[in-house]
Amino acid sequence: MNSRDPIQTDLLIIGAGPAGLFAVFEAGLLKMRCHLIDYLPQPGGQLTEIYPKKPIYDVPGLPSVLAGELIQNLMEQIAPFDPGFTLGERAETIEKQEDGRFLVTTDKGTQHLAPAIAIAGGLGVFEPRKPPIANIGDFEDKGVYYIVKDPADFAHKKIVIAGGGDSALDWAIYLADHGSEITMVHRRTEFRGAPDSVEKVEQLASSGKINLITNAQVTGLSGTGHLESVTITTSDKQEQVVNTDVFLPLFGLSPKLGPIANWGLELDKNAIVVNTLDYSTNVPGIYAIGDINTYTGKLKLILCGFHEATLMVQSAFQLAFPGKKLSFKYTTVTGIEGLPSTS
Amino acid sequence: MKDMIQITLFDRQGEVHELQAPTDMGLNLMELCKASELPVKGTCGGMALCSTCHLYIESDHILPEASHEEEDMMDQAFFVEENSRLGCQIKITEDLDGLVVRLAPEDEEF
Repeated sequence: MNSRDPIQTDLLIIGAGPAGLFAVFEAGLLKMRCHLIDYLPQPGGQLTEIYPKKPIYDVPGLPSVLAGELIQNLMEQIAPFDPGFTLGERAETIEKQEDGRFLVTTDKGTQHLAPAIAIAGGLGVFEPRKPPIANIGDFEDKGVYYIVKDPADFAHKKIVIAGGGDSALDWAIYLADHGSEITMVHRRTEFRGAPDSVEKVEQLASSGKINLITNAQVTGLSGTGHLESVTITTSDKQEQVVNTDVFLPLFGLSPKLGPIANWGLELDKNAIVVNTLDYSTNVPGIYAIGDINTYTGKLKLILCGFHEATLMVQSAFQLAFPGKKLSFKYTTVTGIEGLPSTS
Repeated sequence: MKDMIQITLFDRQGEVHELQAPTDMGLNLMELCKASELPVKGTCGGMALCSTCHLYIESDHILPEASHEEEDMMDQAFFVEENSRLGCQIKITEDLDGLVVRLAPEDEEF
Protein backbone atom coordinates (compact mmCIF):
# COMPACT_ATOMS: atom_id res chain seq x y z
CA MET A 1 0.00 0.00 0.00
CA ASN A 2 1.24 3.45 -0.89
CA SER A 3 1.72 5.43 2.31
CA ARG A 4 -0.36 8.22 0.78
CA ASP A 5 -3.38 5.96 0.31
CA PRO A 6 -6.12 6.73 2.82
CA ILE A 7 -6.35 4.44 5.85
CA GLN A 8 -9.52 2.41 5.37
CA THR A 9 -11.57 1.13 8.27
CA ASP A 10 -15.13 0.20 9.22
CA LEU A 11 -15.51 2.66 12.06
CA LEU A 12 -13.32 5.74 12.41
CA ILE A 13 -13.18 7.03 15.97
CA ILE A 14 -12.10 10.60 16.59
CA GLY A 15 -10.74 10.78 20.12
CA ALA A 16 -8.87 8.00 21.93
CA GLY A 17 -10.18 8.57 25.45
CA PRO A 18 -12.08 5.90 27.41
CA ALA A 19 -15.29 6.15 25.35
CA GLY A 20 -13.43 5.93 22.04
CA LEU A 21 -11.29 3.02 23.23
CA PHE A 22 -14.24 1.02 24.53
CA ALA A 23 -16.07 1.58 21.24
CA VAL A 24 -13.26 -0.47 19.63
CA PHE A 25 -14.17 -3.41 21.89
CA GLU A 26 -17.89 -3.23 21.23
CA ALA A 27 -17.33 -2.74 17.48
CA GLY A 28 -14.87 -5.63 17.53
CA LEU A 29 -17.57 -7.94 18.90
CA LEU A 30 -19.50 -7.12 15.73
CA LYS A 31 -16.41 -7.78 13.56
CA MET A 32 -15.95 -4.12 12.72
CA ARG A 33 -12.40 -2.88 12.37
CA CYS A 34 -11.62 0.44 14.03
CA HIS A 35 -9.08 3.22 13.68
CA LEU A 36 -8.62 6.07 16.15
CA ILE A 37 -7.33 9.61 15.66
CA ASP A 38 -6.15 11.72 18.58
CA TYR A 39 -4.24 15.00 18.81
CA LEU A 40 -2.46 13.88 21.96
CA PRO A 41 0.62 11.70 21.42
CA GLN A 42 -0.78 8.87 23.58
CA PRO A 43 -4.19 7.22 24.00
CA GLY A 44 -6.30 7.97 27.05
CA GLY A 45 -7.44 11.55 26.55
CA GLN A 46 -7.76 13.59 29.71
CA LEU A 47 -7.23 10.49 31.87
CA THR A 48 -3.60 10.13 30.79
CA GLU A 49 -2.99 13.80 29.98
CA ILE A 50 -4.52 15.52 33.00
CA TYR A 51 -5.04 13.10 35.87
CA PRO A 52 -3.33 9.70 35.36
CA LYS A 53 -2.71 9.27 39.11
CA LYS A 54 -6.21 10.20 40.26
CA PRO A 55 -8.42 7.36 41.48
CA ILE A 56 -11.83 6.82 39.88
CA TYR A 57 -14.50 5.16 42.01
CA ASP A 58 -17.50 4.83 39.69
CA VAL A 59 -16.41 2.38 37.04
CA PRO A 60 -18.70 -0.63 37.59
CA GLY A 61 -16.84 -3.61 38.99
CA LEU A 62 -13.73 -1.62 39.88
CA PRO A 63 -14.06 -0.21 43.43
CA SER A 64 -11.10 2.09 42.75
CA VAL A 65 -8.91 2.43 39.69
CA LEU A 66 -6.28 5.01 38.76
CA ALA A 67 -7.18 6.88 35.58
CA GLY A 68 -3.93 5.79 33.93
CA GLU A 69 -4.57 2.16 34.88
CA LEU A 70 -8.07 2.26 33.47
CA ILE A 71 -6.62 3.30 30.12
CA GLN A 72 -3.99 0.53 30.30
CA ASN A 73 -6.77 -1.94 31.02
CA LEU A 74 -8.85 -0.68 28.11
CA MET A 75 -5.84 -0.93 25.78
CA GLU A 76 -5.41 -4.55 26.91
CA GLN A 77 -9.11 -5.23 26.45
CA ILE A 78 -9.15 -3.91 22.86
CA ALA A 79 -5.78 -5.36 21.82
CA PRO A 80 -7.37 -8.52 20.32
CA PHE A 81 -9.23 -6.30 17.84
CA ASP A 82 -5.97 -4.65 16.74
CA PRO A 83 -7.18 -1.08 16.24
CA GLY A 84 -5.11 1.39 14.25
CA PHE A 85 -4.02 4.74 15.67
CA THR A 86 -3.20 8.12 14.17
CA LEU A 87 -1.77 9.93 17.20
CA GLY A 88 -0.45 13.46 17.54
CA GLU A 89 -2.65 14.59 14.67
CA ARG A 90 -5.83 16.62 14.75
CA ALA A 91 -8.81 15.55 12.65
CA GLU A 92 -9.35 18.66 10.57
CA THR A 93 -11.93 18.01 7.85
CA ILE A 94 -14.69 15.50 7.09
CA GLU A 95 -15.83 15.15 3.49
CA LYS A 96 -18.57 12.86 2.29
CA GLN A 97 -17.47 10.79 -0.72
CA GLU A 98 -19.58 9.68 -3.67
CA ASP A 99 -19.56 6.10 -2.41
CA GLY A 100 -21.13 7.31 0.84
CA ARG A 101 -17.99 6.98 2.93
CA PHE A 102 -16.37 9.84 4.82
CA LEU A 103 -12.87 11.10 4.11
CA VAL A 104 -11.27 12.48 7.27
CA THR A 105 -8.02 14.43 6.87
CA THR A 106 -5.75 15.47 9.74
CA ASP A 107 -3.71 18.64 10.15
CA LYS A 108 -0.70 16.64 8.93
CA GLY A 109 -2.52 15.43 5.85
CA THR A 110 -3.15 11.82 6.90
CA GLN A 111 -6.34 10.60 5.23
CA HIS A 112 -8.85 8.09 6.54
CA LEU A 113 -11.87 6.54 4.83
CA ALA A 114 -14.78 4.97 6.70
CA PRO A 115 -18.52 4.46 6.26
CA ALA A 116 -19.17 5.57 9.84
CA ILE A 117 -17.53 8.02 12.20
CA ALA A 118 -17.79 8.17 15.97
CA ILE A 119 -16.71 11.44 17.51
CA ALA A 120 -15.47 10.69 21.02
CA GLY A 121 -13.79 14.05 21.36
CA GLY A 122 -14.24 14.54 25.11
CA LEU A 123 -13.46 18.11 26.04
CA GLY A 124 -12.22 18.86 22.55
CA VAL A 125 -8.67 19.26 21.31
CA PHE A 126 -5.94 19.95 23.87
CA GLU A 127 -4.13 23.05 22.71
CA PRO A 128 -1.43 25.17 24.33
CA ARG A 129 -2.76 27.93 26.54
CA LYS A 130 -2.00 31.38 25.18
CA PRO A 131 -1.31 34.14 27.68
CA PRO A 132 -3.59 37.17 27.34
CA ILE A 133 -1.12 39.58 25.79
CA ALA A 134 -2.96 41.82 23.34
CA ASN A 135 -0.65 41.50 20.32
CA ILE A 136 0.61 37.94 20.89
CA GLY A 137 -1.05 36.78 17.66
CA ASP A 138 1.15 39.18 15.66
CA PHE A 139 4.29 37.35 16.75
CA GLU A 140 3.15 33.71 16.55
CA ASP A 141 5.85 31.84 14.61
CA LYS A 142 7.75 35.15 14.47
CA GLY A 143 9.44 34.73 17.81
CA VAL A 144 6.51 33.40 19.86
CA TYR A 145 6.15 29.61 20.08
CA TYR A 146 3.87 27.61 22.37
CA ILE A 147 5.68 24.33 21.89
CA VAL A 148 9.28 23.45 21.16
CA LYS A 149 9.15 21.30 18.05
CA ASP A 150 12.82 21.25 17.11
CA PRO A 151 15.16 22.33 19.92
CA ALA A 152 17.92 22.98 17.36
CA ASP A 153 15.94 26.02 16.18
CA PHE A 154 16.38 27.56 19.62
CA ALA A 155 20.07 26.95 20.25
CA HIS A 156 22.32 30.02 20.70
CA LYS A 157 19.39 32.42 20.89
CA LYS A 158 18.09 34.88 23.44
CA ILE A 159 15.01 33.21 24.89
CA VAL A 160 12.40 34.29 27.42
CA ILE A 161 10.49 31.37 28.94
CA ALA A 162 7.32 31.95 30.98
CA GLY A 163 5.70 29.34 33.21
CA GLY A 164 6.54 27.32 36.31
CA GLY A 165 5.75 23.72 35.41
CA ASP A 166 7.86 20.86 34.16
CA SER A 167 7.94 21.87 30.53
CA ALA A 168 9.08 25.42 31.38
CA LEU A 169 11.77 24.08 33.73
CA ASP A 170 12.94 21.31 31.41
CA TRP A 171 13.28 23.58 28.39
CA ALA A 172 15.03 26.28 30.44
CA ILE A 173 17.62 23.70 31.54
CA TYR A 174 18.01 22.10 28.13
CA LEU A 175 18.28 25.36 26.20
CA ALA A 176 20.64 26.93 28.78
CA ASP A 177 22.88 23.87 28.32
CA HIS A 178 22.79 24.40 24.55
CA GLY A 179 24.19 27.89 24.51
CA SER A 180 20.99 29.88 24.67
CA GLU A 181 20.67 32.94 26.86
CA ILE A 182 17.65 32.19 29.03
CA THR A 183 15.40 34.54 30.98
CA MET A 184 12.80 32.65 32.98
CA VAL A 185 9.70 34.47 34.21
CA HIS A 186 7.39 32.96 36.81
CA ARG A 187 4.48 34.46 38.73
CA ARG A 188 5.64 33.26 42.16
CA THR A 189 8.85 32.06 43.81
CA GLU A 190 7.89 28.37 44.13
CA PHE A 191 7.87 26.01 41.15
CA ARG A 192 5.52 23.08 40.82
CA GLY A 193 7.85 20.97 38.65
CA ALA A 194 9.87 17.91 39.59
CA PRO A 195 12.18 18.75 42.55
CA ASP A 196 15.31 17.76 40.55
CA SER A 197 14.45 20.21 37.78
CA VAL A 198 13.62 22.97 40.25
CA GLU A 199 17.01 22.47 41.94
CA LYS A 200 18.83 22.50 38.59
CA VAL A 201 17.13 25.74 37.52
CA GLU A 202 17.98 27.34 40.86
CA GLN A 203 21.64 26.28 40.41
CA LEU A 204 21.72 27.69 36.87
CA ALA A 205 20.16 30.90 38.16
CA SER A 206 22.71 31.35 40.96
CA SER A 207 25.60 30.65 38.57
CA GLY A 208 24.20 33.29 36.22
CA LYS A 209 23.31 30.91 33.38
CA ILE A 210 19.59 31.60 33.71
CA ASN A 211 18.23 35.04 34.44
CA LEU A 212 15.40 34.07 36.81
CA ILE A 213 12.69 36.67 37.39
CA THR A 214 10.05 35.55 39.88
CA ASN A 215 6.84 37.19 41.10
CA ALA A 216 6.54 38.52 37.57
CA GLN A 217 4.70 38.05 34.32
CA VAL A 218 5.35 38.89 30.70
CA THR A 219 2.85 41.65 29.91
CA GLY A 220 3.96 43.07 26.58
CA LEU A 221 5.67 42.14 23.31
CA SER A 222 7.23 44.39 20.74
CA GLY A 223 9.20 44.20 17.53
CA THR A 224 9.01 45.16 13.87
CA GLY A 225 7.83 42.09 11.99
CA HIS A 226 9.69 39.74 14.33
CA LEU A 227 9.73 39.73 18.13
CA GLU A 228 12.51 41.94 19.51
CA SER A 229 11.68 42.45 23.17
CA VAL A 230 9.25 41.56 25.95
CA THR A 231 8.00 43.67 28.83
CA ILE A 232 8.11 41.95 32.20
CA THR A 233 6.01 43.30 35.06
CA THR A 234 6.64 42.25 38.66
CA SER A 235 3.88 41.89 41.23
CA ASP A 236 4.87 45.28 42.70
CA LYS A 237 4.23 46.81 39.24
CA GLN A 238 7.87 47.33 38.27
CA GLU A 239 8.35 47.04 34.51
CA GLN A 240 11.47 46.04 32.64
CA VAL A 241 12.10 45.46 28.96
CA VAL A 242 14.22 42.44 27.99
CA ASN A 243 15.57 42.08 24.46
CA THR A 244 14.92 38.63 23.08
CA ASP A 245 14.69 36.57 19.90
CA VAL A 246 12.16 34.11 21.24
CA PHE A 247 9.32 34.05 23.76
CA LEU A 248 8.13 30.61 24.89
CA PRO A 249 4.94 30.84 26.98
CA LEU A 250 4.61 27.35 28.51
CA PHE A 251 1.33 27.30 30.44
CA GLY A 252 0.13 23.78 29.72
CA LEU A 253 -2.75 22.62 27.57
CA SER A 254 -6.42 23.41 27.66
CA PRO A 255 -9.24 21.83 25.70
CA LYS A 256 -10.87 23.68 22.83
CA LEU A 257 -13.71 22.45 20.64
CA GLY A 258 -11.49 23.06 17.60
CA PRO A 259 -12.39 21.83 14.11
CA ILE A 260 -15.41 19.87 15.43
CA ALA A 261 -17.29 23.18 15.26
CA ASN A 262 -16.84 23.24 11.46
CA TRP A 263 -18.33 19.85 10.60
CA GLY A 264 -21.94 20.91 10.18
CA LEU A 265 -23.04 19.21 13.39
CA GLU A 266 -25.80 20.58 15.56
CA LEU A 267 -24.18 21.97 18.70
CA ASP A 268 -25.49 23.11 22.04
CA LYS A 269 -23.04 24.89 24.37
CA ASN A 270 -19.98 23.35 22.72
CA ALA A 271 -21.44 19.82 22.80
CA ILE A 272 -22.84 17.76 19.91
CA VAL A 273 -26.57 17.13 20.03
CA VAL A 274 -27.38 13.42 19.61
CA ASN A 275 -30.37 11.12 19.40
CA THR A 276 -30.18 8.77 22.37
CA LEU A 277 -31.58 5.93 20.28
CA ASP A 278 -28.11 5.36 18.80
CA TYR A 279 -26.11 8.53 19.63
CA SER A 280 -26.36 9.66 16.01
CA THR A 281 -25.88 13.32 15.14
CA ASN A 282 -27.83 15.38 12.63
CA VAL A 283 -25.40 14.11 9.94
CA PRO A 284 -26.28 10.50 9.02
CA GLY A 285 -23.24 8.27 9.55
CA ILE A 286 -21.63 10.52 12.18
CA TYR A 287 -22.14 9.60 15.82
CA ALA A 288 -20.97 11.33 19.00
CA ILE A 289 -20.27 9.57 22.30
CA GLY A 290 -18.86 10.47 25.71
CA ASP A 291 -18.31 13.95 27.11
CA ILE A 292 -18.53 15.62 23.69
CA ASN A 293 -22.25 14.87 23.24
CA THR A 294 -25.34 16.28 24.87
CA TYR A 295 -28.93 15.18 25.34
CA THR A 296 -31.63 15.55 27.96
CA GLY A 297 -30.31 14.03 31.15
CA LYS A 298 -26.69 13.82 29.94
CA LEU A 299 -24.10 13.02 32.58
CA LYS A 300 -20.42 13.35 31.76
CA LEU A 301 -19.38 10.04 33.25
CA ILE A 302 -17.02 7.43 31.84
CA LEU A 303 -19.57 4.71 32.49
CA CYS A 304 -22.16 6.62 30.42
CA GLY A 305 -19.60 6.93 27.62
CA PHE A 306 -19.20 3.13 27.67
CA HIS A 307 -22.95 2.65 27.40
CA GLU A 308 -23.19 5.16 24.56
CA ALA A 309 -20.34 3.44 22.70
CA THR A 310 -22.11 0.10 23.01
CA LEU A 311 -25.41 1.31 21.57
CA MET A 312 -23.69 3.42 18.90
CA VAL A 313 -21.84 0.49 17.30
CA GLN A 314 -25.12 -1.43 16.83
CA SER A 315 -26.27 1.38 14.53
CA ALA A 316 -22.88 1.95 12.86
CA PHE A 317 -22.86 -1.79 11.99
CA GLN A 318 -25.60 -1.19 9.43
CA LEU A 319 -23.37 1.32 7.65
CA ALA A 320 -20.30 -0.89 7.75
CA PHE A 321 -22.15 -4.00 6.61
CA PRO A 322 -25.32 -2.89 4.80
CA GLY A 323 -28.02 -5.52 4.68
CA LYS A 324 -26.22 -7.87 7.08
CA LYS A 325 -28.17 -9.16 10.01
CA LEU A 326 -26.89 -8.19 13.43
CA SER A 327 -27.04 -10.96 16.01
CA PHE A 328 -26.46 -10.20 19.63
CA LYS A 329 -24.15 -12.48 21.57
CA TYR A 330 -22.87 -12.45 25.13
CA THR A 331 -19.07 -12.48 25.54
CA THR A 332 -19.50 -15.21 28.18
CA VAL A 333 -20.88 -17.47 25.42
CA THR A 334 -18.46 -16.64 22.62
CA GLY A 335 -15.31 -15.56 24.45
CA ILE A 336 -12.76 -13.18 22.95
CA GLU A 337 -9.86 -14.61 21.02
CA GLY A 338 -6.71 -13.14 22.55
CA LEU A 339 -8.17 -12.50 25.98
CA PRO A 340 -7.85 -15.13 28.72
CA SER A 341 -10.91 -17.32 29.30
CA THR A 342 -10.02 -17.58 32.98
CA SER A 343 -7.96 -15.29 35.15
CA MET B 1 -26.53 26.23 62.24
CA LYS B 2 -27.49 28.22 59.19
CA ASP B 3 -28.46 25.93 56.35
CA MET B 4 -28.65 28.66 53.69
CA ILE B 5 -26.10 31.41 53.18
CA GLN B 6 -25.99 34.42 50.91
CA ILE B 7 -23.22 34.89 48.34
CA THR B 8 -22.89 37.91 46.05
CA LEU B 9 -21.29 37.22 42.69
CA PHE B 10 -20.25 39.65 39.96
CA ASP B 11 -20.13 38.03 36.54
CA ARG B 12 -17.69 38.97 33.75
CA GLN B 13 -20.01 41.71 32.55
CA GLY B 14 -20.09 43.19 36.04
CA GLU B 15 -23.69 42.12 36.67
CA VAL B 16 -24.49 41.20 40.22
CA HIS B 17 -26.08 37.86 41.18
CA GLU B 18 -27.39 37.22 44.69
CA LEU B 19 -27.02 33.48 45.29
CA GLN B 20 -28.61 31.40 48.02
CA ALA B 21 -26.34 28.51 48.84
CA PRO B 22 -27.13 25.46 50.97
CA THR B 23 -24.40 24.56 53.46
CA ASP B 24 -25.47 20.94 53.90
CA MET B 25 -24.92 19.61 50.38
CA GLY B 26 -21.12 19.55 50.19
CA LEU B 27 -21.15 22.09 47.37
CA ASN B 28 -18.19 24.20 46.37
CA LEU B 29 -18.27 27.63 44.73
CA MET B 30 -17.71 26.22 41.22
CA GLU B 31 -20.63 23.82 41.62
CA LEU B 32 -22.81 26.59 43.01
CA CYS B 33 -22.01 28.74 39.95
CA LYS B 34 -22.84 25.89 37.57
CA ALA B 35 -26.05 25.08 39.43
CA SER B 36 -26.97 28.77 39.15
CA GLU B 37 -26.34 28.63 35.37
CA LEU B 38 -23.50 31.13 35.57
CA PRO B 39 -20.84 30.91 32.83
CA VAL B 40 -18.33 28.83 34.76
CA LYS B 41 -17.03 25.81 32.84
CA GLY B 42 -15.51 23.71 35.63
CA THR B 43 -13.87 21.61 32.91
CA CYS B 44 -11.97 19.25 35.20
CA GLY B 45 -14.98 18.69 37.43
CA GLY B 46 -13.41 20.12 40.58
CA MET B 47 -10.00 18.46 40.84
CA ALA B 48 -8.04 21.73 40.72
CA LEU B 49 -6.75 20.58 37.34
CA CYS B 50 -7.96 23.39 35.15
CA SER B 51 -8.54 27.02 35.99
CA THR B 52 -11.93 27.63 34.44
CA CYS B 53 -13.48 28.39 37.86
CA HIS B 54 -10.89 31.08 38.66
CA LEU B 55 -12.48 33.89 40.66
CA TYR B 56 -11.55 36.74 42.98
CA ILE B 57 -12.58 36.98 46.61
CA GLU B 58 -13.79 40.57 47.09
CA SER B 59 -14.90 40.48 50.73
CA ASP B 60 -12.62 40.09 53.74
CA HIS B 61 -13.74 36.60 54.70
CA ILE B 62 -10.94 34.40 55.99
CA LEU B 63 -10.81 31.34 53.73
CA PRO B 64 -8.83 28.12 54.20
CA GLU B 65 -5.44 28.54 52.51
CA ALA B 66 -4.95 27.29 48.98
CA SER B 67 -3.49 23.80 48.74
CA HIS B 68 -0.31 23.08 46.77
CA GLU B 69 -2.47 21.68 43.98
CA GLU B 70 -4.48 24.88 43.80
CA GLU B 71 -1.33 27.06 43.85
CA ASP B 72 0.21 24.89 41.14
CA MET B 73 -2.84 25.25 38.95
CA MET B 74 -2.78 29.02 39.44
CA ASP B 75 0.58 28.97 37.62
CA GLN B 76 -1.31 28.04 34.47
CA ALA B 77 -4.06 30.58 34.99
CA PHE B 78 -3.95 34.10 33.66
CA PHE B 79 -5.09 37.36 35.31
CA VAL B 80 -3.98 35.97 38.68
CA GLU B 81 -4.26 38.48 41.53
CA GLU B 82 -3.57 38.35 45.26
CA ASN B 83 -7.22 37.46 45.89
CA SER B 84 -7.42 34.80 43.18
CA ARG B 85 -8.85 31.38 44.05
CA LEU B 86 -10.26 28.36 42.25
CA GLY B 87 -13.96 28.18 43.04
CA CYS B 88 -13.91 24.39 43.09
CA GLN B 89 -11.54 24.41 46.08
CA ILE B 90 -13.81 26.56 48.24
CA LYS B 91 -16.39 24.59 50.17
CA ILE B 92 -19.61 26.37 50.99
CA THR B 93 -19.83 26.61 54.76
CA GLU B 94 -21.67 28.78 57.24
CA ASP B 95 -18.55 30.96 57.62
CA LEU B 96 -18.91 32.15 54.04
CA ASP B 97 -22.23 33.93 54.64
CA GLY B 98 -22.06 37.32 52.93
CA LEU B 99 -19.09 36.35 50.71
CA VAL B 100 -18.53 38.55 47.66
CA VAL B 101 -16.79 37.07 44.62
CA ARG B 102 -16.06 38.15 41.06
CA LEU B 103 -15.47 35.79 38.12
CA ALA B 104 -12.03 36.10 36.51
CA PRO B 105 -11.85 36.70 32.74
CA GLU B 106 -11.69 33.65 30.50
CA ASP B 107 -8.59 33.22 28.34
CA GLU B 108 -10.82 32.47 25.33
CA GLU B 109 -11.78 36.12 25.34
CA PHE B 110 -8.32 36.94 23.99
